Amino acid sequence: MSVRASAKAAVLPLLLGACQYQHYQSDFGGAAVEDRQFLTLFWIFIAVCAFMYVLVIGFLIAGIARARRVDANIVETGRHHHSNPLMRSTLIGWTALIGVSLAGLAIASFFTDRSMARAATNQKLSVTVTGNQWWWDIEYNAADASKTLRTANELHLPVGVPTRIFLNSNDVIHSFWVPSLAGKQDLIPGRKNNITVLPTRVGVFRGPCAEFCGLQHAHMSLVVVVEPYADFIKWWDHQLQPAPQPTTPLALAGYKYVTTGPCSACHAIGGTPANGQVGPDLTHLASRKSLAAGTMPMGEGNLYGWVEDPQSLKPGVNMPTIGLEPGQLHAVVAYLETLK
Amino acid sequence: MTDIRADAFDSMPARERERARVEEENRRLARERKKIARDGPKLTGEKLAARLDLAWRRPPGIVGWLATVDHKEIGRRYILTALGFLVLGGIMALFMRLQLARPDNAMIGAERYNQLFSMHGSTMMFLFAVPVMEGVAVYIIPLMLGTRSTAFPRLNAFSYYMYLFGGLMLWIAFVLNMAPDVGWFEYTPLSGPQYSPGKHTDIWAQMVTYTEVAALAAAVVLVCTILKARAPGMTLARMPLFAWAMLVEGIMIIFAMPAVALVTTVLLIPDRLVGTQFFNAGEGGDALLFQHMFWFFGHPEVYIIFLPATGFVSVIVETFCRRPVFAHSVVVLALISTGILSFGLWVHHMFATGLPRVGYSFFTAASISVSVPTGLQIFCWLATMWDGRPRFEVPMLYVVGFIFTFVIGGLTGVILAAVPLDLQLHDTYFVVAHLHYVLIGGAVFPLLGIFTYWFPKITGRMMNERLGKIGFWLVFFGFHATFLPMHWSGMLGMPRRVYTYPAGLGLEVPNLISTVGAFFLAFGVVLFVVNGLLSLYRGAIAGPNPWGAASLEWATSSPPPVYNFEHMPVVDSDTPLWDTDGELPVVSGLRVDQKEMLLTTVVAATPDVREPVPQASLWPFVSACAVGLVFAASIFSAWAVPFGLIPCGIALIAWFWPKDMKRHPEPIIS
Repeated sequence: MSVRASAKAAVLPLLLGACQYQHYQSDFGGAAVEDRQFLTLFWIFIAVCAFMYVLVIGFLIAGIARARRVDANIVETGRHHHSNPLMRSTLIGWTALIGVSLAGLAIASFFTDRSMARAATNQKLSVTVTGNQWWWDIEYNAADASKTLRTANELHLPVGVPTRIFLNSNDVIHSFWVPSLAGKQDLIPGRKNNITVLPTRVGVFRGPCAEFCGLQHAHMSLVVVVEPYADFIKWWDHQLQPAPQPTTPLALAGYKYVTTGPCSACHAIGGTPANGQVGPDLTHLASRKSLAAGTMPMGEGNLYGWVEDPQSLKPGVNMPTIGLEPGQLHAVVAYLETLK
Repeated sequence: MTDIRADAFDSMPARERERARVEEENRRLARERKKIARDGPKLTGEKLAARLDLAWRRPPGIVGWLATVDHKEIGRRYILTALGFLVLGGIMALFMRLQLARPDNAMIGAERYNQLFSMHGSTMMFLFAVPVMEGVAVYIIPLMLGTRSTAFPRLNAFSYYMYLFGGLMLWIAFVLNMAPDVGWFEYTPLSGPQYSPGKHTDIWAQMVTYTEVAALAAAVVLVCTILKARAPGMTLARMPLFAWAMLVEGIMIIFAMPAVALVTTVLLIPDRLVGTQFFNAGEGGDALLFQHMFWFFGHPEVYIIFLPATGFVSVIVETFCRRPVFAHSVVVLALISTGILSFGLWVHHMFATGLPRVGYSFFTAASISVSVPTGLQIFCWLATMWDGRPRFEVPMLYVVGFIFTFVIGGLTGVILAAVPLDLQLHDTYFVVAHLHYVLIGGAVFPLLGIFTYWFPKITGRMMNERLGKIGFWLVFFGFHATFLPMHWSGMLGMPRRVYTYPAGLGLEVPNLISTVGAFFLAFGVVLFVVNGLLSLYRGAIAGPNPWGAASLEWATSSPPPVYNFEHMPVVDSDTPLWDTDGELPVVSGLRVDQKEMLLTTVVAATPDVREPVPQASLWPFVSACAVGLVFAASIFSAWAVPFGLIPCGIALIAWFWPKDMKRHPEPIIS
């Protein structure tokens, strides 16, 4: 701990820059046990590496500084094949120093890795995240089938509860990575991976896809909300509810269009006839913080833009630009806004 | 004339005719004997040079230009072509930096950006870094070893044409908007038939095949040259460190490159072209197989690029510190162990793929341990500087820049070798920073230094020192301004290969600094190129050994004559030009009327055999055209492979057709 503390003090000014962004998407977040273990090990490595770097550069500068002396073993003195006995012993010392410090680092890395693996064995909550080009399908697994919850692009986690996240892919390789919480793990078609996270701090975090997955790899992000356990349960129960019935005539028109029109071919909305399985679940769309897998914040304006012309906002996305009439567009957005 | 004589012969009786023939034969032998005596020990200086020049000169004109097998011409073309690709790859990088200068930038769309980074990576790795090292070696190694040619000079020519065609195909595809767009690594299933329609990926896979064939051919040429064509007396223990580095590199290429040729040509293309399912998990294939095979090549590839650069550093350090590199045998052992260890590290590119974690620990240990030999080499260079008296001309400045920069890259490599750290840093800009620190800092800095160093040998003129120094500082600071902030953006959570990033994550400042730095770096490289062009015409005349260096390439004129050395030098120390006061002992005994080189034994370098060197030939070029055509056509149809064997077969048969089987009398020198 003391190494970490001193190393941290040394780079504090650098860290201040990162603090301004509240570690929304940053390795310095430290919002889960895994990321804290990472940071501890990282500063140990930085301290050892910085020490080695100073040694090398010190030797280089000292060598340059000696350059003008007369007793050098060089061609002009005719003794250029003599090597300095002091250097030969220093070489042995240097080899020992590299060997010992690298072995130390390897051992530190091994123990951190083991302790992460041990922590991963006592999870309390299990979630399945499935990667798609270019969005995240999320399913909360519960022993009671009626409690199983399907949502998309926004992951809620209770603070202090170890959660195992199972990772699958429907198409190409993606990578699940929430920098403020933990390291990354790939989602590979045909393989079963998982990662365990134990969040220690309430907050909202962002997780970009970390394996190049095609055209819109840059617009495939996950929002992670870490909240107190009670809030989490409340959220889960709310998400299990079917979509509310639209009340205004405009929203009702939107409801009819969405649930019977082309939207329902891909999207599902709980409690309505819309039951498409290809695209993200929309049951509580408006309760989410972002739209189109983190492409833009949720809001009326962005909803208008997205529904009207997804291809210009996220070119190549699987959602087509349908060409809605202005009236239809108003209705659809009005309905989507009711999906709290 | 002949008709008249034939008539005279016919009119003679058979016995007379026989006697005339014998007499004629005797006269001819007497003439030849006289010639031998004349060509013997007396032949030196201008006369010898003229005879050698006649024997070694290639035919003139465009045909001769295409047919040349002179290692210096091929090496020059390799270097110039690779530099052309460096400029193209660099322009791609500048466009990428412009796009990333601001968050949510709409300057370049996702499609073009993905092509840009795929082209940048593929060009730099396959068309610049490996070929330029081979090109420099193909030029310098025979000179450094004191011989007249590489082994297999026609294979050498074939190698260059294959490389050129591969590069041309990739860039023509880029102009036609058919460039690869799923990265220089092309992971399946993204590169499979379902998720990568069109011909983008096939173009990439075949470009790799061309360059692998070229690299393998050049590696065979270099390994054989280094093992068999050294000057008499140049034992393995006395061999220059650059030759050692190229020997290890060549052997690494021979082991590593088939893996990537296999995975692209034999597995990926059939998946895309004829419906095999090697990588399709749904049909029992395995997507991860691609990554294993790709990185089994891909990790040694990094050292294939880096080891020649360490050879450059050793060369420069020795010359500019005016003493041999400290602990020659330690450096050689470090090169060899780096080469061996580099084959046991590939899984550290796959720490996030969910392979068994205890197994990862071994790859962590192996990855960390590869920094031991590298650390030893750095110590040896620094100890040489400590014991010697370094002169800071441009090549040495690049070595100092290399140490400042590469050591950072090596240490971030140690960080990335630890699984818990890599899981956070993998596929972020931290890795982008790391790999550019090791590839630019570790390979391009020494390369720019060695260009400055060998420029007088190749062109006969010195590069401008002042422009060179300005260029160095621009490159050095431009580089650090570009890539140092990338460590930071990676820690702030910026993944690789994204065409844009949102505002508000703290990424604006580091990215803007990187973009500005990239232009300084580019300006430095432009200045270097301008310096080269200007010095070509206005540089000071170099003379044979302008730096006062010790190795044999400086024992001949600058630029060297087509036959390299008038007399074959003999060596009895590892710094021959420093230990003989300018008068090298020589051996003689090679023919002057035909191309011939001296082969020596592998370890002790005692003279072994006199080996005829092939004449210039158009067939390597024709063979490369035929093979290239088959590779290009097989992108579109599998039938190109069986039918394409026909032209390839014809070209190869013509290439290897035995000719000139007559015995010539042997006029020799001495």
